[in-house]
Amino acid sequence: MNSIILLSVLGLGNLFLGFRRSNRLLLPVMMLILGLVLTVNFLDWGTSESFFNGMLTIDNFSVAFTGIVLLTALVLIPFSQKYVLDGEANLAEYYSLLLFSLVGAIMLVSYNHLLMLFLGIEILSVAMYVLAGSDKRNLRSNEAALKYFLMGAFFTGILLFGMALVYGATGTFVLSEISFAVQNPAPGFESLKPMLYIGMLLMFIGMGFKVSAAPFHFWTPDVYEGTPTFFAAFMSTVVKTAGFAAFLKLLVQAFPAANAQGIWLPTLTAMCVLTLLIGNVGAVAQTSIKRMLAYSSISHAGYLLIALVAYNGQLEGASANGILFYSLAYSVATVAAFGVVKLVADARQREDYNGLNGLAKTNPLLAFSLTVSMLSLAGIPLTGGFFGKFFIFSAAVENGYIGLVVFAVVMSMVSIYYYLRPIISMYMRDTDADTAEAVPVTTFQAGALLLLAALTVLLGVLPGLVAGAL
Amino acid sequence: MLTVLLLLWPVAAALLLHFFKGRAARVPALGAALVEFALAAYAALTFNANNVGQFSFNLNWIPSAGIHFAVGMDGLSLLLVLLTAVLVPVILLSAFRRNFENESVFYALVLFMQTGLVGVFTAQDAFLFYFMWEVALIPIYFLAGVWGGVNRARVTFKFFLYTIIGSLFMLAGFVYLYFQTGPAADGLSAHNSALPSFYALNLPAETQVWLFWLIFAAFAVKMPIFPFHTWQPDTYTEAPAPATMLLSGIMLKMGIYGCMRWLLPVVPMGVDYWQNLILILAIIGIIYGAIIAIRQQDVKRLIAYSSLSHVGLMIAGVFSLTQMGLQGAAIQMLAHGVNVVGMFFIADAIERRTGTRNIADLGGLTRKAPVLTVCFLVLLLGTVALPLTNGFVGEFLLLAGVYQFNAWMGAVAGVTIILGAVYLLRMFQRVMLGPDSSFTETFTDLTGSELALLVPLIVLVFWIGLFPNTFLHLSEGSVMGILNEVVKR
Repeated sequence: MNSIILLSVLGLGNLFLGFRRSNRLLLPVMMLILGLVLTVNFLDWGTSESFFNGMLTIDNFSVAFTGIVLLTALVLIPFSQKYVLDGEANLAEYYSLLLFSLVGAIMLVSYNHLLMLFLGIEILSVAMYVLAGSDKRNLRSNEAALKYFLMGAFFTGILLFGMALVYGATGTFVLSEISFAVQNPAPGFESLKPMLYIGMLLMFIGMGFKVSAAPFHFWTPDVYEGTPTFFAAFMSTVVKTAGFAAFLKLLVQAFPAANAQGIWLPTLTAMCVLTLLIGNVGAVAQTSIKRMLAYSSISHAGYLLIALVAYNGQLEGASANGILFYSLAYSVATVAAFGVVKLVADARQREDYNGLNGLAKTNPLLAFSLTVSMLSLAGIPLTGGFFGKFFIFSAAVENGYIGLVVFAVVMSMVSIYYYLRPIISMYMRDTDADTAEAVPVTTFQAGALLLLAALTVLLGVLPGLVAGAL
Repeated sequence: MLTVLLLLWPVAAALLLHFFKGRAARVPALGAALVEFALAAYAALTFNANNVGQFSFNLNWIPSAGIHFAVGMDGLSLLLVLLTAVLVPVILLSAFRRNFENESVFYALVLFMQTGLVGVFTAQDAFLFYFMWEVALIPIYFLAGVWGGVNRARVTFKFFLYTIIGSLFMLAGFVYLYFQTGPAADGLSAHNSALPSFYALNLPAETQVWLFWLIFAAFAVKMPIFPFHTWQPDTYTEAPAPATMLLSGIMLKMGIYGCMRWLLPVVPMGVDYWQNLILILAIIGIIYGAIIAIRQQDVKRLIAYSSLSHVGLMIAGVFSLTQMGLQGAAIQMLAHGVNVVGMFFIADAIERRTGTRNIADLGGLTRKAPVLTVCFLVLLLGTVALPLTNGFVGEFLLLAGVYQFNAWMGAVAGVTIILGAVYLLRMFQRVMLGPDSSFTETFTDLTGSELALLVPLIVLVFWIGLFPNTFLHLSEGSVMGILNEVVKR
């Protein structure tokens, strides 16, 4: 709760800083705020407290996931340095919107009441709609914002409709009471069952859109491509982490009953298979790295869905730990990937693979950092991504979903193809006229990239630091 | 603790190497490799051959999953660690002959790979083994891909894809086995992945039959056994010489070692079921590799195919499940490592001087370079398995092992020696003897430093050939242990 209050208050304060038109001040202040909130957040570790009449609960689960989204935001901020250097007029507003959207993310990982789920999603999304269109003079950015907003509003409606139907069937918005009502049917519940099931399905569709699971993924590549890279990175990490934590909470706390599982298990399994297929096969065909990363983000939603399918009863089980580790490893690697792509694209105005040609010669650090990140996303050992996949797959095998895991492993073999392409461009191709000059990188950004690479390797060498934390 | 030091030292040295740029990195890199060699030699001297599993170290790596950072060495591990420690300095020295771009990164990757290799040979936990298996792959991919020939991007991509897909199958097999085990010793997790727990599993025969292929997939690609070998000749040819030496000298032993340690005792009934098929594939590989080697025009490709042929015999020896076969494989791993690295070095020396690897373009080197000729001849005879050389001991034991299992197979496999003599002597005749060509007119003999590099290899050729017991004695205990695990069920 402290983190929510701090973020809201400091976010407002940050807006006032904008009046001073001092961009140089904003970046360190932003880092400071996020660092402070991150520290404060972990003070709540080991406690379990409810707020707003039990609508929000801050426990280890929410503290851990809050930690991931805050850390992601913190390591992402250095890549906005170009805004500072270019004297972007609205930087304070962008930063404050980021802080506010983090409030939404925290609500998503600690809600106990469907109203809070809805509020969290809206707070997070509205900020993202604005930020997607923040490059006001760029048509593609406008297109991205419009697409994201129209689709997002539509799916929010579906989610809300689902909540209403669930409420109609169970008479409550509180997660534990929904679960109780489903497990201990009151007289007359039989006739309401179809309503509950349709409500559940609609909610899954709404959530599926937010985490970009197929077949509700169509917005992802276009929106990521148009959105300024810095915010696209935020979208594909923070939104996804918070979305999956919320999704898991919904399944575990509201619909654990066997008769509810009968509905969502096949639905989620189908979504999972489809997401893995579309994400991985789609990524193979891309020529723009940003679009490849968009499809890769879809495919990672597929791996995370496996953990949802395989969850075994309690919120602190193997699935939650798997999602926690995976989100952390994925976020760290994705931030580094988007960071490098942004730096290269800013300097060379190119977002295709060939724009990376010979990067290992001109900028060894960028090449190294992107390599570590690609290997992690591909799930190669020595990186956090390997243990993320390992934990999720073993949770699924343990619960008997061997077929699903085999499919996922085959899909990750496919993914090696497109994750190796940037590496091949950087290390094995020579520079051309466009790429002969080194990309300018500030010490600050270089430090951030090194930190991200070190984190990825640390997660890959000492996974015990995070694994089994919940 | 010594094992941990052997593991951590190369990677630490690799990291420190980033403080040196260009040629300045040569001395520290070589120094680090020699320190590693000294450590391995110390381990060998203090090793007690009557006792298995020494220099052990066990750390609870992922407590919630029962995965341990467990390493240790028995005789077989020690032999391969020694081989690695001997060959890495030689490989580094050979890399100094070429003025690579970003030298320090090249050497750092070689040292980093050494950590992976030592890890594979000493891991006592299935997931640690898999982890190290991939740790060894990443540096060699970059070594071959960044510093390789014209087609490097395509060829190394194929290599990477093949090996990683193979090892993912192995990982799947390990995960399956992991869920069959009991709780970890500390009770913190429901399962554990320690090697002894895998040995203790008594899986039904029909499970072992399919599990065999999951685990074997990784080894089959790495060794490689026919028909999983298609990545090999291209990669060997395109990779720079030091990377080819790493691939052929040490990396392919990962596959054979893996079979002995992680396949035979873990799924013995599966091995029993597929034994004939694997032996037949191995023998096809022997003949196929040899026949194609006869037709090769490129020196490097010829050695690559000869390597395929020799590996086939080692696989056949391992799968004969006889003491002689396994012992033969153990000693032949050493011998082949020494010979093939020496051969590739000489091929590289010729290429550096003449700019060609084409056999037809070469000739008459004997007159220009007598020292090189002698070195080449010794290594070549070692590869042909002439008595008194290292190849003889290994191939004799291997053939005896295969013969014990099945006389016909032994007889067919024996053709390897005849065919080996055909293609190697044919190469020697065309490259070393005969008239000069325009490429070889200005050929110069080996320099002092090149000779210094070959001398330890030549000493090993004779040492293993004359006193094989120094090494056989080390691996005997482990080989008996493995066979006992296999026969027990």
